[in-house]
Amino acid sequence: MKKLLFITLFLLTSTAFAADAEFTIVIREHRFEPAELIVPAGKKIKLLIENQDSTPEEFESYDLAREKVIPGNSAASLYIGPLKAGRYPFFGEFNESTAKGAVIAQ
Amino acid sequence: MFGSSIIVFRETLEAALIVGILTAATRGVSGRNRWLIAGITAGLAGSAIVAAATNTIAEMASGFGQELFSAGVLGIAVLMLAWHNIWMAAHSKELAIHARNTGRAISDGKRECSVLFAIIALAVLREGSETVLFLYGIATAGSQSTHTVLVGGLLGLTGGVAVGWTLYAGLLRIPLRWFFSVTSLLVLLLAAGMASQVARLLIQANLLPSLAAPLWDTSSLLPPDSVLGTLLHGLAGYDARPAGMQIIFFAVVLVSIVIGMKLISQPQQPSK
Repeated sequence: MKKLLFITLFLLTSTAFAADAEFTIVIREHRFEPAELIVPAGKKIKLLIENQDSTPEEFESYDLAREKVIPGNSAASLYIGPLKAGRYPFFGEFNESTAKGAVIAQ
Repeated sequence: MFGSSIIVFRETLEAALIVGILTAATRGVSGRNRWLIAGITAGLAGSAIVAAATNTIAEMASGFGQELFSAGVLGIAVLMLAWHNIWMAAHSKELAIHARNTGRAISDGKRECSVLFAIIALAVLREGSETVLFLYGIATAGSQSTHTVLVGGLLGLTGGVAVGWTLYAGLLRIPLRWFFSVTSLLVLLLAAGMASQVARLLIQANLLPSLAAPLWDTSSLLPPDSVLGTLLHGLAGYDARPAGMQIIFFAVVLVSIVIGMKLISQPQQPSK
């Protein structure tokens, strides 16, 4: 019984981990790298945003309905999706002229 | 310069809409203006503190401190707005009379004033801290002259306040017969919209399942970055692609407040 519980728990957690695909975006000199991030559609995604600039940036997207301040020289993550296939632009609100990008779900 | 004015405008707008509605809604409550100014001042002071503590907040709750903090601020604001509306349901007749002939104090008005203070302070705090961070970032980066950024920021601030003021002035033109029904409805939508944003933040932090995301998609019909979309976002938490969980939060808060208002206004009916 204990073993069975253990196996179910293991299966549950491993599928939970498998469900969250993880992607990284780097902010450098007020630009996103990569500027276009391709992710699988229909899945919950963990987005790690690493800000290598010394100034804070706010990751913002109307289409993803997300906003989060990333302090200078630090990283933060947030969850997006599951997304339908399509293009979801995002921008850095504090440096909107250069910090532009898009998540492409396919 | 325009960059900074647009950002400050966007942040000011949401707070200004809330302040405009609440100021109108508390028409006739004595001592309102003093509490209003105190709320704005406390919110601004809080913004500076939150902006300075950004790194600490960001690192809390395994990287999701920001979401939890914002959700907490919004959650308290929802409770306060609910309290306000239920209080209003019990006192609106008294206030309508008071609005006509000033000089009569409303019983229980003090507590309403402190609720007003808290809502205004929380609204300013939430939007203000981002503005402070943004201006600080530009000032330290030194790519633009601080002067230009300040002028741009002031322009944005003026614009945001102007919209809030217009809303307030427009609401005051509504005949007293309907006035408190309209402001109650607006406060109700504000509270429900904030609740939906709480859900959005908790989904972003993976603390809540999204449940059918998105439930619908109106992004081509009413883009979230359009003027109307932005206003609706500020007034009722409009999202073009809401998650099912957001709609549940919206509906639960909406229905709970309406029931609360109905329950409190019922005992007064026999005395009519």
